[in-house]
This record gives sequence, structure tokens and C-alpha cells, in this order.
Amino acid sequence: MHMPEPSADIITRKADILARLARVLPDGALITDPVETRAYECDALSAYRCPPLAAVLPASTEEVAAVLKICAAEGVPVVPRGAGTSLAGGAMPTADSIILGVARLNAVLKTDYENRSITVQSGRTNLSVTGAVESNGFFYAPDPSSQLACAIAGNIAMNSGGAHCLKYGVTTNNLLGVKMVTMAGEIIEIGGAHLDAAGYDLLGIICGSEGQLGVVTEATLRILHKPEGARPVLIGFDSNEVAGACVSDIIRAGVLPVAIEFMDRPVIRAAENFTHAGYPDVEALLIIEVEGSETEIASQLARIVAIANRHNPVELRESQSAAESANIWKGRKAAFGAMGQINDYMCLDGTIPVSQLPLVLRRITEMSGDYGLDVGNVFHAGDGNMHPLILYDANKPGDLEKCEALGADILKLCVEVGGCLTGEHGVGIEKRELMTAQFSTADLEAQMNVKDVFDPAWLLNPAKVFPLAASEGRRA
Amino acid sequence: MKPGSEAELADMVAAAQGPLEIFGGGSRKGLGNAVVGDRLEVGGLSGISLYDPGALTLVVKAGTPLAEVEAVLEAENQMLPFEPMDHAALFGNAGKATVGGMVAVNASGPRRLKAGACRDSLIGLRYVNGQGQIIKNGGRVMKNVTGYDLVKLMAGAHGTLGVITEAAFKLLPKPEATATLCFALGLADGLAKLREVMASPYDISAAAYTDGAALLRVEGFTESVAYRAEKIGGDKIEGAGPWANIKNVTALAGADAVWRLSVKPSDAADLVAGLSARGFSAPVLDWSGGLIWLSGGDGSDAPRQAVSALGGHATCIIGGHTAFQPESPVIATLNNGLRQKFDPRGIFNQGRMG
Repeated sequence: MHMPEPSADIITRKADILARLARVLPDGALITDPVETRAYECDALSAYRCPPLAAVLPASTEEVAAVLKICAAEGVPVVPRGAGTSLAGGAMPTADSIILGVARLNAVLKTDYENRSITVQSGRTNLSVTGAVESNGFFYAPDPSSQLACAIAGNIAMNSGGAHCLKYGVTTNNLLGVKMVTMAGEIIEIGGAHLDAAGYDLLGIICGSEGQLGVVTEATLRILHKPEGARPVLIGFDSNEVAGACVSDIIRAGVLPVAIEFMDRPVIRAAENFTHAGYPDVEALLIIEVEGSETEIASQLARIVAIANRHNPVELRESQSAAESANIWKGRKAAFGAMGQINDYMCLDGTIPVSQLPLVLRRITEMSGDYGLDVGNVFHAGDGNMHPLILYDANKPGDLEKCEALGADILKLCVEVGGCLTGEHGVGIEKRELMTAQFSTADLEAQMNVKDVFDPAWLLNPAKVFPLAASEGRRA
Repeated sequence: MKPGSEAELADMVAAAQGPLEIFGGGSRKGLGNAVVGDRLEVGGLSGISLYDPGALTLVVKAGTPLAEVEAVLEAENQMLPFEPMDHAALFGNAGKATVGGMVAVNASGPRRLKAGACRDSLIGLRYVNGQGQIIKNGGRVMKNVTGYDLVKLMAGAHGTLGVITEAAFKLLPKPEATATLCFALGLADGLAKLREVMASPYDISAAAYTDGAALLRVEGFTESVAYRAEKIGGDKIEGAGPWANIKNVTALAGADAVWRLSVKPSDAADLVAGLSARGFSAPVLDWSGGLIWLSGGDGSDAPRQAVSALGGHATCIIGGHTAFQPESPVIATLNNGLRQKFDPRGIFNQGRMG
């Protein structure tokens, strides 16, 4: 993965820059010791690493503004960081950049059940937002699988999704307002507990902009009352195509489950060996969850089972208890870890139209054969967001490169069939150079124009999202 | 100017010598500040480009009449989730709403509470920018974080950033059953009732206060609607109920002063009571009180002043005031910067948003 050469000038001025930062930050908020900055050298895309110039951990919006003002004046790139769980390298620094971590901004500022909203500082973890309201029966809907660790700041940057977004939408559909600091150090507020913000939808463009437009320090989020209950059904098929057709039929029939998860045989076997969840040894497995009262759950499951039965499932297991529900989900939730037990893997994130599932799964199998690398599939089938896991051996020379080439081919296939490169992980550095497969020069120019407005000097997370050649003239 | 294709539209924009007013079906004429310019009609770009019922997605050209889209979806028992408002009744015109106009104003209706606004269902766009270039953003899939979400920025930009030529939506199945629960209550109590039920697990799809009653709508499978209606209580109306009139604010048809206020639901009752002293009345409150439609008044911009103190914004729909809430200086700088980038010559709907 190519990154721009760090600026020798900035590295020469390091001592002066850090001295300026130290003057606006409390003790312990500026990390310069090379041993300690190593902690910020990568995110969850750990194949790529580079320690930053320094890391700062401000504890207030004003401190964030002070840091950004100095970095703007000194021309120093800033890489915002939530919890560092990005799978796309969104928080990976360069040697001439400052990591701005929001981990210390983790307070709940206001809960407002009447207006169904909560305002939190952006370093708060996703799951602890729900944690703050669940004793009153409420929850925050977007649930990326890293929700125990990932921060709301990163969720906003990447417009994170999760398993339940078929019903509840992704971050952008649940974000009501932000307090944000621009690269110039100006503090702006957009939106709030009212439903739509005035003027242009700046909230909509900020969400998913991968930390390139500003540093979000506070967020007002939609909270909802929890459903009365939820129950999954597990359905096994002897073909991926039939499972894909079943998903499409369920959606078309007007049943909108809260989640439809899909696993293929390699993942089913790995998950079963790892968790002993009792999964059948089948070609494809669907886990479909519905919500509501007991009556509502029963009627929805009856409809789903009737549709599934038309596709001759080889296994159909309706959960009868909380313990059985937990067991059905156990294997799915551990699927990534289980695959990691077997091998190193790279997790893709392309989205395709649901109707193209059978074709895409068949082509992935063929490509996997051509490259000689195994691929497991586990994904959110209801919305077409695929997560092919390509297995490789990090210790074998050339294997990572081969794996990346196969990954690129699979993502190009997703685009060819009408889909996109990334459904919920973001572009980061990982898919930056593939953007030309989905967008024309003018399309990319239109997006980069937005960054020009918010951050004219391109100092915020500059070497991300756009192909390096496309953004070269803009970056310092 | 009435181009027959996207390419022709792009050429016309590139060749334009002066300001343009983008025109769809004319049903929302009057929304936003008045614009001077040659009329650029988008009606020639019409038709459904792709409809995939099994994937709940629709791609449609911008000049397509909304009624045509709704008929096609109806045949497959599907719908646009956000229940778009039709402005024709309010403005007293015979215009036919188009897809492009609906997106340009981010038109949303009662179901916005549950299913989000137009911008939340909008998954892809094609538009022509101020230099006459065709730009695409988003796509036709429900989950897509590839690059910046220009789709959201274009929705609700009132045609000031580009001419929308095609839009892609995610859809929802039409509910099998619908019921409305009515509670005859005064304004403050009625709004409190709406907020109380919105904070329940009963998955309310609309909550409004009008004609002296709090109204709550539940939708879904027959068994589910029956169950939730029972839990909520009140007087039950089976079927469509009064929501089309609430959506289109027909109660204000013919009014010579109309304001639309977006506030926190819990601010609504006091706000309306305060404004009544200035002669404003609120015949319709939707979105659990978060969307207030006002008429009458003393001709002042008191609604705007009142809202800005609370957090929220007021749009003057009909009346002598500038249409949109003034922006803070930093936001105005960002918005002007965006306009400058998307439409460097300033030819699209100049001044519509202020």
C-alpha cells in the first residue's frame, strides 16, 4: 500500500510543533514518546503501520479546536481517530501527521426520552450509548460488529451499519446533529433533536466523509424503544443460489425481518468447530430474526417458514427459547474469529443488489479457484452487503499481494453487477485506488470539491478515500 | 428549454449564457424564494430505468410524474417509504409532482417519523453540475459508503447545486393493514400523548395532532396491527384514515400566510401557545409535534424568532418573508463555498435558498 512521502520539513520542525501543542493541552494529553506513539501506528487494518509524529488526546471541544488551529497554522496533517477499529485504514497515520484521538471525549451529555434522542461526546463507544439508555428500555440502533470497542466518532466518519440496518438504517439515518470542529479550528453545530436541519444537508455529507471534513466532538443520536422481543430462525440449504432466492422471496413477500444473515459452508464449518453452536453441515445457512410481541413474532416466523419451505430447506430450526436464540447467534457472531483461527484473512465489504447474490457467489467460487485462495462468505443478505473472507498466509511471501489482487477482482465484480466497493467499512487507504472502478474523474472531482470547501489545504486525513494520483495536486 | 435526454440537458447547461430556473411539474412552484432565469424543463427526462422488486429498489428519471411511479409500485404492493408530501393543494395549483422536484425539496410525509425523510431512502443520484458535467453518486444498493454522500447534499438543495436527472430509491412493502388510534384531547395533552406512545415499543408509523385529536398510526401485518392498536387504546379507525390530508396539509389550502416549523417535539405546545398571542394558529402538527404548520398571524416573522431561540428552524411557505432560516456565518461560508464549487457560474435557481 503506497502512502505519500512524509514532509521532511514537518519532521524537521517536530520539536517546535510539539512545543506549541503542549502549550494548549493538559498534562498527559500529548503523546510523543516513540514507544507510546507505536500504539497509534495502525488501526484494525494492521498489515499497514506507521507511527505518527505524535498523538493528542484532547478532553474538550475547545482543546480539539486549539490543536487544529495550531496544525492548520503549521501545515501539519491531522488524522482523526475514534477507537482505531477501522478495517479500511481510515485511522492510519503518516510519519508527518498528528493523530487526534477522541477517546477522552466519552461523556453522555443529555438523554431525552421524550424526544427520543441522546447527545454524547464522540469518543463514547457504540455499545455504551445503548448502555446509557437501556435501563429505560431504549437502544441505539446501528450495531457494527465492533460495537463493544468502536467509537461514535468513527461510526459517523464511516457511516457504519451493522446486522440490524435492514430495519433501522445505518448511522446517517440515526444521526440528528453534530458539534464539529473544522480544520481552521472553528466550532460549528449542525442539526439537533429536531428532525431535519435547515439549509443544505451538511449532516448528510459529513456522515461518511471518513474524517476528512472536520472532527466531530459531539453527536445527537436517535434512540428507540426496544421491541418487546426478538427471535431468530435458522434455515439450511444445499445450495447458495437457493438460499439467495429464498432471501429475495422473503423481502418481496413484504416480511421485513430485522436481520437476514448468510453463511456459506467454509464459514459454517469454521464457526461450528469454534463454537459448537450445533450448526448443520450444509452449503448455505440463513439466520433470520424478527421482532415484536410473541404474537407478532409467531405470525412473522410462520410467513418466513412458509416461504422457506417452498425452497426445500435441508434444515429449519425455529428458536424456542432464549438459550436457543443465543446458540443460533453464537456461531454467526464468532464467525470472523473462527475464520481467524484457521488462517490470516482479509475481509471485504462490497454491496450488491440482492437479486445478484447467486451470480456473485458463483463467480467468487470460480475466482477463488483461479487464485488458489479459499474464500468464505458471511454477510448481511437482506441488504446485499457481502463480507467475503479471503484466507491467506501472512508468512508466505507474495500471499498478501495475491489476496489483495483477488479482493480487488471481487470488488470490481460487485461494481459490475450494480453494486459498490464498500457497504459499511469505508474506503480508507484499502480501497482508495479502486475508486476509479466505480467513479469517473468528474464524479471524484465533485466529491473532492466538497473537501476543498471544508479543508482547503487538505490537511485532515489527506491520503485517504481518493486515489493518490487524483488528490495529488490538492494535498500539500 | 426542454431537453429530451440527460446528455442534451448537459449540453444545454454547458451552453447556457444566463441564469436558469429548473422546472419539473410545477406543483411546488412558490416553495423557496422566487428565482429569475430561463426555464429549464426536466419533464422530457421521464421513465423508470430499473425496478427490482425483489431487491426493493427503484431507479427513475427525474422528470417522471410521481403518480406514475406510485402506480408502478402499487402493482407490486410496494411504496416509497417516506410518504412524500404533495404541495399542489397548499399552493392551489394543478401541477403534477415529479421525482426530481420531490428530491430537490426533500419532500417527506407522516411516515418520516419511522422510515426517515426522502433523503434517507434516496440511495443514488445522477445530476448535471454547473459546468454541464454529468455526475453520479451513490448507486442502487441499500448500503453504500463508497466516497462522499453527495446524494444527501443534493436532496433538499432546491436545485441550487445541480439539475437532478435520475434518482434511485430503496422501497418498502406496502403494509397489509393500517389502523389509526384517535384521542380527543387539548393541544398540550394531545402532544404529550403522542410523545408518550412514540416512546413505546409499538413501532408507530405516524403521529399527528389536528382537529382537536391526537392521532397515532400503526401499520403492518393484520395480527400485528390488531395487537398494537389494542395496546395503544383510543378510538380506532381502520384503513387509510386522515393521513393523506395531514401529509398534504390540505387544511391550509388557500391560506395567505403559511409557516412550516421544525422543532423538538416537546417544544411544540408552548411554542404554539406563545405564537397564538400574535394571531398564528396551528391547524396541523405532524411528526409527534416536531413539524408545525402555522397559518394566520400578524404578518411578522415571529415564528422564526421563536424557533431560533429554541433550536430548530422556520420556513416561510407562503407570505412575504425570506423562505429559509438565516444561517450562521460559518455555515453560510461553507454553503456558499459548496455553491461556488457545484455551480461556479451561479446559474441554477439563483437565490432560491437565500
